[in-house]
This record gives sequence, C-alpha cells and structure tokens, in this order.
Amino acid sequence: MNILVCVKQVPDPVEIKFNSETASLIRACAANIVNPFDKYALELALQLKEKHGGEVTVLTMGPPQAVDALKECYAMGADKIVLASDSLFEGGDTLATSYALFCAIKKTGEFDLILYGKQAIDGNTAQVGPQVAERLGVAQATCATGIELADDKVLVAREQDDCQEIIEVKMPALVTVAKLAVEPRNPNIRRKIAANKIEMPVISAADLEGIDAARLGLTGSAVKVKKMFAPPVRGAGIKIENETADNAVKALVDYLSNAKAI
Amino acid sequence: MGRENSKNVWVFIEVYDNKIRNVSLELLGQGRVIADQLGEKLVGVVIGDNIAGLANEVIAYGAETAIVVSGNEYKDYSTDGFANALTALVKKYAPSVLLIGATRNGKDLAPRVAGRLETGLIADCTDIEVNSEDRLVEWTKPAGNMMSTSICPDSSPQMGTVRSNVFKKPAPDYNRAGEIVAEDIGTKADDIRTKIVEIIKTVQGETVNLEEAEIIVSGGRGMKGPENFAILKELADILGGSVGASRAAVDADWMPYAHQVGQTGKTVKPKIYLACGISGAIQHLAGMSSSDLIIAINKDPEAPIFNVADFGIVGDLFEVVPLLTKEFRRIKNG
Ligand SMILES: Cc1cc2nc3c(=O)[nH]c(=O)nc-3n(C[C@H](O)[C@H](O)[C@H](O)COP(=O)(O)OP(=O)(O)OC[C@H]3O[C@@H](n4cnc5c(N)ncnc54)[C@H](O)[C@@H]3O)c2cc1C
Ligand SMILES: Cc1cc2nc3c(=O)[nH]c(=O)nc-3n(C[C@H](O)[C@H](O)[C@H](O)COP(=O)(O)OP(=O)(O)OC[C@H]3O[C@@H](n4cnc5c(N)ncnc54)[C@H](O)[C@@H]3O)c2cc1C
Repeated sequence: MNILVCVKQVPDPVEIKFNSETASLIRACAANIVNPFDKYALELALQLKEKHGGEVTVLTMGPPQAVDALKECYAMGADKIVLASDSLFEGGDTLATSYALFCAIKKTGEFDLILYGKQAIDGNTAQVGPQVAERLGVAQATCATGIELADDKVLVAREQDDCQEIIEVKMPALVTVAKLAVEPRNPNIRRKIAANKIEMPVISAADLEGIDAARLGLTGSAVKVKKMFAPPVRGAGIKIENETADNAVKALVDYLSNAKAI
Repeated sequence: MGRENSKNVWVFIEVYDNKIRNVSLELLGQGRVIADQLGEKLVGVVIGDNIAGLANEVIAYGAETAIVVSGNEYKDYSTDGFANALTALVKKYAPSVLLIGATRNGKDLAPRVAGRLETGLIADCTDIEVNSEDRLVEWTKPAGNMMSTSICPDSSPQMGTVRSNVFKKPAPDYNRAGEIVAEDIGTKADDIRTKIVEIIKTVQGETVNLEEAEIIVSGGRGMKGPENFAILKELADILGGSVGASRAAVDADWMPYAHQVGQTGKTVKPKIYLACGISGAIQHLAGMSSSDLIIAINKDPEAPIFNVADFGIVGDLFEVVPLLTKEFRRIKNG
C-alpha cells in the first residue's frame, strides 16, 4: 500500500507570556516543529505499513528550512521525503495552498491513502485536507482517531462531540488525523544520521507541468486579510486578595446572589 | 464562481439527531441582519431525510425561504452526498453569502464545497458584518494574539464557518409566513464513498454539551492532575453545570478534548464561567470572554485572567473550591 503523509512545519508555541504593562501577549517562539497532528498522522501511516507492507512518503510545502521537518519524519521511519518549495507558493489562503499541494502530490506519485493532520496549529483552519481531497477527487474523512484496513476500504474512527463514528471509506481516500491514544514514536538515532545525507527531491513551480501560476500564493488567494487588531478588553471587576479562603468564598456567594446569578 | 448576479444570504441548516443545531439557528439570527443590510433575502437550506417539519422552524427563526432536499441517501451526514446537494443548489441559485456552523460536520463540508466552487472560505469566525461602503461581508476571528478581519472580494459566494455561541439565537415566530421550496437533488449510492457503520456513544451520561451549559466550572494546569478534576465536577454538579478545561489540561490528558474551551476548543457563553487554575491566555479567553459573569480563582495575583474576571479570588483553588461547594450545598439544602 502506498501512503502519503502531508506535514507542515509550524512555529513551536512554547511559552506564552502576558505583558501587563502594555496589556499584550508576548509569544516567544523557539524552533520550528512538525505540526503535532501531522506527527500523529505519520505514526498511523507507519503502523499501517508495519502491518500491511507498502511505502510511506512524506511531503511538505514550505521554505527551504522545512527540510528539518522532513528529516525528522525520515528519522521516525518514513521511506521517502519530498519538499515542495518556491516563492510562488508563499502567502496563499487554503484555496491556493491546496492547489499547490495538489499539483505537488500529482508529481510525487499515486497513493491509496493520503493522511493529513486535523489542523495546523498556526493557521488552524482545518481546511487544507478537505480541499486537497476535493481537487484529487477522492473520498475524505476528517478528525480520525484510528484507521484500519479492510480490502479496498479503510475503517476510520471519527470523533464527534458525543460519540465516535466508525466510517467505512473507499480508497483512494484522504483522512485527517486528530490526537491518538498513543504518542508518535521517537526518531531513530541511526535514521537521524542517515537523514542528513539523504537525497531529497525538491519540487518548484517550474517542475509542475501545466500548473497555473495565477492560482498560486497571494495572487491565487480568494481570501484577503483586511485588518488585524488587538482583541477588545473586558474590564476587570472585583479582586479579593489577602483574605482567608472562608471570607473570600462568602464574598463570592454574596456577589452571586446580589447579581441574581444563583 | 463570479460575483455578478449573486444574491441572497444562505444558511446551511445542520440537522443532528433529527433536530436543528443551535448554531444554525444563531446563524439565521445574524443572517437576517446581514440580509437586511444587503437588501436581500435570507434562505435556509436543509438536507436530510424526513425533515419536512424542520422547514417551518427555519422560517420561524427568520428566513423568507427554506430550501429542502430530502432523500434516504441524506439520512446520515456524508461528505459526498451533502457536498453534491449543496454545490448543486449554489450553482442553481447563486447566493451571495453562505454561512455554515463551525461544527465537526460543518468543517468537513464547507472546505469541500468552497473548493468545488473555487471560492474563499474563512474559518471559525466570531463576528460577521456588512461593510456599508463596499457591501462586502467582513469576517472576524482570533488570529494568534490578535484579531483578524478578512474579506472575499472577487469570488462568490462569500463563505465562512462560524463558531457556536457567538450570536444570539433569535426568538422564533411560528406565525411568520415563508416559502418552502422542495428541491429534488439525488445522489447515486455509488457516488457516496463513505458509510457510517457504527456509532459508539461516549461513556453513558458523560456527554458534554458545553456550548449549551449555563454554568461552566473550568480547570487548567493549576489542577495539577486528572484526579483533582473531581472537585470541579462536584461543584459543577451542585450548580447544575458542566466541567470545562484549558488546553494545557487537555494536552496533558487530564480531560478529553470535548471539554476544551478556547480558540481551538469550544466557544462558550454561559451565565457563569468559573476559571480555576487557568492563567487566562488569549487563546483561552477567545472561547469564554463573552460569558455573562466570569469568576477566577488563581494563586497568582498577576494572572491575566483577573483582567477579564468580574470577580476574582487570589488564592489556592484547593482551599477555595471545596469551601465553595460546601457553601452552595448548604444554600441548596436550605
Ligand atoms: C491566523 C491565520 C488565520 C488564517 N485564516 C484563514 C482562513 O480563514 N481562510 C483561508 O483560506 N486561509 C487562512 N489562513 C491562511 C492559511 O493558514 C494558509 O493557507 C496555510 O498555508 C494553510 O492553512 P492552515 O495552516 O490553516 O492549515 P490546516 O488546513 O489547518 O492544515 C491541515 C493539514 O494540512 C496539511 N498541510 C497544511 N499546510 C501544509 C503544507 N504547507 N505542506 C504540507 N502539508 C500541509 C497538514 O497535514 C495539516 O495538518 C490563515 C492564516 C493564519 C496565520
Ligand atoms: C494556536 C493556539 C491555540 C490555542 N488554543 C487554546 C484553546 O483553545 N484553549 C486554551 O485553553 N488554550 C489554548 N492555547 C494555549 C494557551 O496559549 C495556554 O497555553 C493555555 O491556555 C494555558 O492553560 P492554563 O491556563 O491551564 O495553564 P497555565 O498558563 O500554566 O496556567 C496555570 C495557572 O494555574 C495557576 N495555579 C497553579 N496552582 C494553583 C492553585 N493551587 N490554585 C490556584 N491557581 C493555581 C497558576 O497561577 C497559573 O496562572 C492555544 C495556544 C495556541 C498557540
């Protein structure tokens, strides 16, 4: 079975601190990481390969330093890694991003199963997976917490709020993966060293025959950001400090009954 | 699709367990406002099986027209079936705006449809309004530690998914007159490539419906471990409320994801939101800051949660919470 996993490199949101003087948040971004949900997707792909054989390819689209994400995936056990990188791909909305990824997938090969993360923790739209599935014309299932193979179909456990659905999906299929019960495996040291020497195809827009540059990046985006602004602040109210817990609780209960909230 | 000749504001009406989801009714409320500003009609689209009765609801909640697509193939939600029906309708009628609730199924469907129509889609909006000058819809949502407003100026329909609980559900008027249009759009069995084969209910009686809870008692990293959520559950039970959590608590596996409040969890709007051991990161605030009353218990007087709390207690939650439970129990038992 041929499995493709699409991963995105995202900034690591380690610590988020509040600057009380300027009432703004300081986000100290350390290194870049592989989007956490994409690692779950890769873990699932590797488990399926171990059980049923086949090959796992990982594709990312991003700047040249996104190779680090690919090397990590290789060290975890991916057979092949592919980078799609071109300034023409940059700055797109999900429509343009999914078009570029679709073209890159077509160039990379034919796959029975394509796994995506449920969402990327920076853009957070959860739109790219379904939009690539649409362009490829394959079936989709979103928010999977498990996948099993059943002949020419996959059985997908899908998270709903109050239940879990088990869905039978015809292959070829694209499935987006949520948090799993198991954590993704650690990179293997020997593969980590090998990853530094591996030959990796880099796809640029010029390599993609028939690609329509007008549909890429910012130019190809239907969504335009009009403005960014600080969120409205809700004023602070009463704050009880240096009181015994007993007194604080009494004050709170009084407050709530005065406000007719209870 | 091009923008010319597109007209009317559409709301995709999501049916779940034979009922219309609250978020769809909330969208009929805000959809009405937008339609009036544009001078266009409000249309609700219902897709399902045995749903004739729901069309009247759609009109009672403010639409001029309910478009109904029914058929056995739409009994369960499927990406293929619903995307086929909805895109066929959009191509036939060319609405100018299409609103979809940002639920699990809504977020499965919307990108597929937007992709097929080659139009933009703005995810997880918390506000939508019409710009009076260019008459474009402005879609607002949290973006990192800021808010962003986006537009979709050149393609149609203008589409977005919208979070639950950001708009008020309008009061229904069952005397409102409206038009019900039945559209016969079949989807061949072979064209639906997914099938729900089993539904496993989460632990009995443990279903969380944070979006509709009137009181939420939430815990964060300050809870120190999964076992301590029992004290929040006890307090929530006395108050008839539900337990929520910050992402730190969910990521640590102390609580299931369904309890997460915030930008990447639920947006909630309870009468009382009680945050225990939650620092008040902007992404958490994005999910609860429109609660009627916010109460915070945190041992750090500088915690940003106090900047939004109507009532804050600087103290140890392990002392304060059990006392609160005791006090409410005493009041309840008269
Ligand atoms: C704060 C913010 C808000 C935004 N809001 C919108 C919006 O509402 N609408 C819109 O159209 N655009 C939006 N964008 C732009 C959007 O983030 C980009 O198009 C981005 O490239 C893809 O979207 P995502 O990060 O949301 O990915 P998601 O759709 O959340 O990603 C899902 C999965 O797709 C795969 N994937 C995503 N990107 C790549 C990649 N480069 N290479 C390989 N696999 C990938 C991964 O498996 C990932 O887990 C927003 C951007 C930001 C920063
Ligand atoms: C893209 C993105 C999306 C995100 N989405 C969400 C989201 O949906 N929801 C969300 O919640 N977060 C989200 N986050 C994470 C968010 O930035 C914070 O990291 C998170 O909310 C912190 O959770 P916390 O307040 O529980 O933990 P902390 O920030 O560690 O705060 C713990 C608090 O507990 C207090 N405390 C400790 N012990 C006690 C005690 N005994 N008594 C009283 N108080 C005590 C401490 O003083 C501290 O203020 C997101 C982040 C990113 C980057």
